[in-house]
Amino acid sequence: MTADPRGDTTTAAVSGMAAADGARQRAATAAGGRTAPAAVIGEPAPMPHLLGIDDLDAAQVVRILDTAEQLLPIATRERNTVPTLRGKVVCNLFLEDSTRTRISFDLAAKRLSAEVLNFSAKGSSVSKGESFKDTALTLDAMGVDCVVVRSGSSGAPRQLARYLDVPILNAGDGWHQHPTQALLDVFTMRRHLGALSGRHVVIVGDLLHSRVARSEVQALNLLGAKVSVVAPPTLLPPEVEGWGVELVADLDEVLPDVDVVYLLRVQRERMHRAFFPSSREYSRLWGMDGRRLGLLGDHAIVMHPGPMNRGVEITGEVADCDRAVITEQVTNGIAVRMACLYLLLAAAGGDTEEAR
Amino acid sequence: MSTHPPAVTGHGRILLTGGRVLDPTSGTDDHLDVAIADGRIVAVGPQARSALHGADGAGPREGAGGPEATPVRDPADSGIEVVDCTGHWIAPGFVDLHTHLREPGGEAAEDIATGSAAGAAGGYTALCAMANTNPVCDTAAIAELVWRRGREVALVDVFPVGSITRGLEGKELTEIGALRACAAEVDFFSDDGIPLADALVMRRALQYATAFDVVICNHAEDPDLTAGAQMNEGAMSSVLGLAGWPHEAEEIMLARDLILAGGVGARLHVPHVTTAGAVALIGRAKEEGVRVTAEATPHHLLLTDDLVADYDAVMKVNPPVRTDADVQAVRAGLADGTLDVVGTDHAPHAPEIKDQEWEHAPCGMLGLETAFAVVNTTMIATGQLDPLTAIDRFTTGPAAVRDVRGHGRAIAEGADANLVVLDPRTRWTVDAAALHSRARNSPYHGRELIGRPVHTLLRGRFTLRDGEVAAPVVAATERRETA
Repeated sequence: MTADPRGDTTTAAVSGMAAADGARQRAATAAGGRTAPAAVIGEPAPMPHLLGIDDLDAAQVVRILDTAEQLLPIATRERNTVPTLRGKVVCNLFLEDSTRTRISFDLAAKRLSAEVLNFSAKGSSVSKGESFKDTALTLDAMGVDCVVVRSGSSGAPRQLARYLDVPILNAGDGWHQHPTQALLDVFTMRRHLGALSGRHVVIVGDLLHSRVARSEVQALNLLGAKVSVVAPPTLLPPEVEGWGVELVADLDEVLPDVDVVYLLRVQRERMHRAFFPSSREYSRLWGMDGRRLGLLGDHAIVMHPGPMNRGVEITGEVADCDRAVITEQVTNGIAVRMACLYLLLAAAGGDTEEAR
Repeated sequence: MSTHPPAVTGHGRILLTGGRVLDPTSGTDDHLDVAIADGRIVAVGPQARSALHGADGAGPREGAGGPEATPVRDPADSGIEVVDCTGHWIAPGFVDLHTHLREPGGEAAEDIATGSAAGAAGGYTALCAMANTNPVCDTAAIAELVWRRGREVALVDVFPVGSITRGLEGKELTEIGALRACAAEVDFFSDDGIPLADALVMRRALQYATAFDVVICNHAEDPDLTAGAQMNEGAMSSVLGLAGWPHEAEEIMLARDLILAGGVGARLHVPHVTTAGAVALIGRAKEEGVRVTAEATPHHLLLTDDLVADYDAVMKVNPPVRTDADVQAVRAGLADGTLDVVGTDHAPHAPEIKDQEWEHAPCGMLGLETAFAVVNTTMIATGQLDPLTAIDRFTTGPAAVRDVRGHGRAIAEGADANLVVLDPRTRWTVDAAALHSRARNSPYHGRELIGRPVHTLLRGRFTLRDGEVAAPVVAATERRETA
């Protein structure tokens, strides 16, 4: 067991509720090669907010993944709901429609016995005649303990963190970040491949408009994976080389070498702004189909953040094959979001149930 | 037609003593006394004191006087106010070609009284009020309203900018002749904020303008290339997930405008130049004889796009803050004269409008009260720009672009006493709440800057005295009562 008191608290708090012997499970997980060696990664620092992967270091990412591993049985309902966050109020502030992500956060909070308050508002606060700051102060006045925020505007969670004293959890902002998506993705990869150091992931598609891609690349870099990107040049962010990725021209060329193919959603309406000529040409050059599946190594997996555009970036054949772990990503998402809520709310040392 | 209020003029005798006179017109950079009587400069140099002894400073008051602080009386001659300017610079009052005063229509953010107060605090004696008000300044009636209101407030002279096209719609020309002939004598036209995208309308505007030799000022931005743009395009926009504003958008429209202006022989003024490529294009056009003048804003001399990382919309501006390489190019352009003027693009926005998510917040930042400090901090204090040239960019530079009557002139006998006294060494921390604008959107809040105006004189009347701005001569409430 680690000597650090915070490490002890984390382990004890979760294991006390979730597992017969948290420490043993944690040791077993480590032995399975799913965590980075303790010698390389130090004890993680506390996490006041989760705004983006760029706020985290490798130790913090590993702690989230390890915590999620322990919470997975609760997420999958193999174990009962735990009272860890009883008495805490989590506000889901959804300023952009996203039923899937909201439900995932909703379930995650409820499995930890938190109260969930759903606050949905489409469009900007200015259309209602108030400032975004007013919206934030309203939440503050309601006495919420944590705000999970989804916004079409890049940076909105960071602005919220300036206005509020409670932890802010970014559930996706504009094209900027979607940290829990990246965390659930690396969690899923780790369960299939073990430690990600030295593994090779290719990200395919619309990186320009993708908050998932920005978070994903940063998370993979933190864990030591090699990241390649393949996309139409019009859908590559400016100066993407600076992200720590390798630009690859031909998808077929890179497929035999990769451990993960990560496909990004391509919105069909993009072709109307001259990003690419047609979904037919897109799928031929950058889509994953049965032929390309055959180019992959036996162990390699196919991932997608959903919702999929079948027939554009992925064919039905690939989406439904054994190598595609897309539904698993959804399940793992609940565990990872539980871990994030737990680490933001309980591990920070509040008066949660297990502290009594 | 209504009678126009007279231009308020100071009375009494003032001696500015011990200051370093920076007069770009004559090239003077020397420690000289300046004597002022009844709103005019009566002598500069050793004879200044004696010139005042003979002057009659007790004439009848014209309009209202300045703030009645206790003047320091010259022990040798009561009746002369002696202002010790030791360690300070004495320069012509600043002229801003690019101010958004927001009145009429945008008074929640600023009005002519608050904007004029900000101008006086910033050392300005003349402000050019941009046309994008509501209603737009596209008729003589609106231009005269703005001009007259400036005279009533009497903290700066307000020179309205007319729009190039009616309603800023980019289609039909504003009645340039009528605006030129009205009391405000508008000789500078801009659809600022909205680029004139139609090349044919732009060409006709330039051609038509030559009939009156007025200036056309176009916001250089290709709107197709900046659809949805939120910040400078580059490594920062890439990471921050904000749609980029490519430098090409500025340079393409600028190149078009330079070619069109050169072709018809019209006068073109380029506002807020922000990219290295744009500076180069202007330099080349000047060599080729195109009648072009250009402007650098203080913020594009200092701020860079890494400051967007906090998504604080106070940093959101159009054109956007760019990279350090661009900042260096704009500084070099201002120093070598490729860029003729410092223009503030002072753009107040009410807090409830500005405190939005980045993409929903409007573009624009305050600039009047910090303009000198920013240029002084970034370029003068660092030795990139000598004080006399810097003063030119604030005074004679803009006065050469459009006719601002008695502003941006020589500090010489007979001239209107439109002057600023600057403390170039004082360090101060900007507090947005302490600025005179009604709005609070200063990107320099909390930043330490060097240099600040101490006194501003408009026709010999203190509009800023010891850092305190005078009250408007006719406040908004009075105006309503007398209307």
